[in-house]
Amino acid sequence: MIEFLKNLDRRWIFLLMLLSVAIPILLQTQFEETPSKLSIAVFDQLEKLEEGDKILLAFDFDPGSEGELGPMATTFVRHCCEKKLKMYFMALWPVGEQMIVDNIARVIKADFPELVYGTDYMNLGFKAGNEGVIKVVLTDMRQLYTTDAEGTAIDEIPMMQGVDNIKAMDLMINISAGYPGTKEWVQYAVTRYPDKITLVAGCTGVQAPLLYPYIPQQLPGLLAAIKGAAEYEKLVMDKYGKRDADGNMDEEGKYFEGRRRMGPQLVAHVLMVLLIVVGNLIFFAERRREKRQ
Amino acid sequence: MNKSNRLWVILFIIGAVLVAGRMLISQSLIGKAYVQAVPVNADEENEDHKWTLYEQSSQTKFNEAVLEDPNQTKYLFSFSRTIGVWIAALLTIFVLSFLIRDNPLYKFAESIFIGISAAYWMVVGFWSTVVPNLFGKLSPDMVRDWAMPGLGIDERVELMYIVPLVLGLMLLWILSPKGGWISRWPTAFIIGVFCGLRLITFIHADFLSQIRNGIAPLWMVDSSGSFDFWESLRNVFLIIGVLSCLVYFFFSFEHKGIIGKTAKLGIWFMMITFGAAFGYTVMGRIALLAIRLEFLFDDWLWLIDPTGKRLEAVISMLGLF
Amino acid sequence: MKRQIPLLIAMIAGFVMIVAYFIPYTVSWGDTVIVWFDVLAAIAFVLGGGNLLKVHLKKTSDQVPGWGYSVITIVAFVIMLVIGLGKIGVNPAAKYPEFAWSGKFSEMGSPFWWLYEYVFKPLQATIFSMLAFYVASAAFRAFRAKNIEAILLLATAFIILLGRTAAGPALTGWFPDAIEGLEADKLTSYLMTVFNTAGNRAIMIGIALGTASVSLKILLGVERSYLGSGEE
Repeated sequence: MIEFLKNLDRRWIFLLMLLSVAIPILLQTQFEETPSKLSIAVFDQLEKLEEGDKILLAFDFDPGSEGELGPMATTFVRHCCEKKLKMYFMALWPVGEQMIVDNIARVIKADFPELVYGTDYMNLGFKAGNEGVIKVVLTDMRQLYTTDAEGTAIDEIPMMQGVDNIKAMDLMINISAGYPGTKEWVQYAVTRYPDKITLVAGCTGVQAPLLYPYIPQQLPGLLAAIKGAAEYEKLVMDKYGKRDADGNMDEEGKYFEGRRRMGPQLVAHVLMVLLIVVGNLIFFAERRREKRQ
Repeated sequence: MNKSNRLWVILFIIGAVLVAGRMLISQSLIGKAYVQAVPVNADEENEDHKWTLYEQSSQTKFNEAVLEDPNQTKYLFSFSRTIGVWIAALLTIFVLSFLIRDNPLYKFAESIFIGISAAYWMVVGFWSTVVPNLFGKLSPDMVRDWAMPGLGIDERVELMYIVPLVLGLMLLWILSPKGGWISRWPTAFIIGVFCGLRLITFIHADFLSQIRNGIAPLWMVDSSGSFDFWESLRNVFLIIGVLSCLVYFFFSFEHKGIIGKTAKLGIWFMMITFGAAFGYTVMGRIALLAIRLEFLFDDWLWLIDPTGKRLEAVISMLGLF
Repeated sequence: MKRQIPLLIAMIAGFVMIVAYFIPYTVSWGDTVIVWFDVLAAIAFVLGGGNLLKVHLKKTSDQVPGWGYSVITIVAFVIMLVIGLGKIGVNPAAKYPEFAWSGKFSEMGSPFWWLYEYVFKPLQATIFSMLAFYVASAAFRAFRAKNIEAILLLATAFIILLGRTAAGPALTGWFPDAIEGLEADKLTSYLMTVFNTAGNRAIMIGIALGTASVSLKILLGVERSYLGSGEE
């Protein structure tokens, strides 16, 4: 048995991983989420805002991390729409602009068609330069952004009147998949102007532990990986989800993506734990055998 | 036929049978894509200035519209996007096939990805930054007449932008086999800016601010004014943790005696840190796999339908949940 | 001269950024330099594409083993580039219908968008998703509780893996009030906010000092390896 497991072809492990993710997806299993303090902090930061307040949404991710960050992006946009905030989208990642366009179509155009481009939301699009872009938008956005992503002159956009830089924003959200992302926004924007810029973020699992030293002084709220997305989704939908006459949730679909993804997450995590345990059992059994010999 | 080829043939046949079986259950093509026609009427008087945009839609909306009016033209079946869904599914499988063994299909998909992504970034960089922020500054009139009519009418020619133009051309000189020194100027400029930015920012955000964040009272009281043991312990651990890890990084002293023991404690703290990083990394990777499988099961095979895009979904049809 | 001028350029550019941080009067200098930097960053994308083309053209012309794949890369690159730069199949912007080139290069439904949606996106997302398999294989083969350090790492990973899913509350939710703090989700939070924060804060401080010293060495011309070793 030990010999068999020791020499197990790794493709069997791949197959186990595939099944542990595929089966819960096919069965569409879902679990109840209990929001953590950090997710509640993110939710509260948005809740504090008033109708018409300005919010910057920086989408610094691409399809490579959409599995984790897509649900956050969708829920953030929904939350902003429900709060009737003025949304300014921008991206430091070349593909980030496509993520913005996708979410505008998915949430704003589909469910909030009354919102008007240029008055309620606008897309500044992508600019090259990583932290160099952050430095410019801190002082004078117009040096880089002469038009929005659609090619309209920036001064012709009503909601850009009186906005010279991102210090005019009441809150900033960053959805981050790596460099440049939340770390750079904290370093270059928040740390420089702690009284004027408040940032909350959603990030990938890889980045999350690295950002904890900034919490809460430099980063009051953080959605960490898909679990953070699921928790935030619950908070937003519990408050804003459409309900039937009996008070039951009458919505499904795109605003449940994070929670749906927690099903495969659970099974795959248990598999990971089992793999480590079995791997160690083999190791110790072997070691004992060697000692005996 | 050798063993390896036989494996591939078997896998291919199993895959093809499963997809064909799935189509048989559905009694139609799966992976179909639908669009919504959005007419754009940019200029009432000029026919040339009218066109139609096609936004993503769903079979549910298409069927509802057809039920209401069989001759409707708002919701349509899209052939090109259906092909797209099938190509996306095949490419996904090509990449996943690498798990079995490196093979030409994976290499094919990888080669396409390398070419497409480099071109994607180049195109985005060109249209989003080079055109508005370089050409638009050097020759605003030309750019306005050509691709950016929205460029402000008061945009002046800014000759200072000759500097990034020249530096940019010098940067591209790297591609030339001769004159390697030419690209050193823009490289030096980029590195100089990076160093200037990072020197201050890292000291401010990651050194000074971290020291400030780390200074916390060791005697915590709760809202009722009594001693809060757990919060106090938390802060004690935090400070001991940071200091012991820093001692471990400090190589000016030999790690012996009390310094050695403190450094050892630092290692333990860091092991816990790495364990947390591993846990979170696993979490992230699985979510990335989940979205790909969701695509295959939802958009391509129509086995699930979490967002109500279709009338049928096999799993729900079979009453499996 | 070929080395002195670049050193001077790096020094001036870097010190302008530093001065602009502290002296309000010089903020606009810093902004000018940084906008040039952003433009160069976009040109670097062009350089990336050019370099890829150069490498694969060479592989093709030398007919090295596997050169057929280089041809595929070149073809994919050229098609995407021509479609994107030429805005092929893109309608003008609705606001400026008389300007044929005013539309967005990535307009939904255009060939560029199609290639993004059905080729780029699935390929990139799937390549990243492959890591889930390798991390599982590595967990089975490489993670051994050999000593106390490894045990600490593994125990933390276990708690996080279980505590951040429904498994945590299911396994430990019944703990009595006295040891409520040991429930998996609470333990996870404690590990993250105390131990992980402490470890990462120390690493962060170390990296900050390292980055600052390397930056200063480059700006003062002590560190010159970025100029290459060649005499040319």
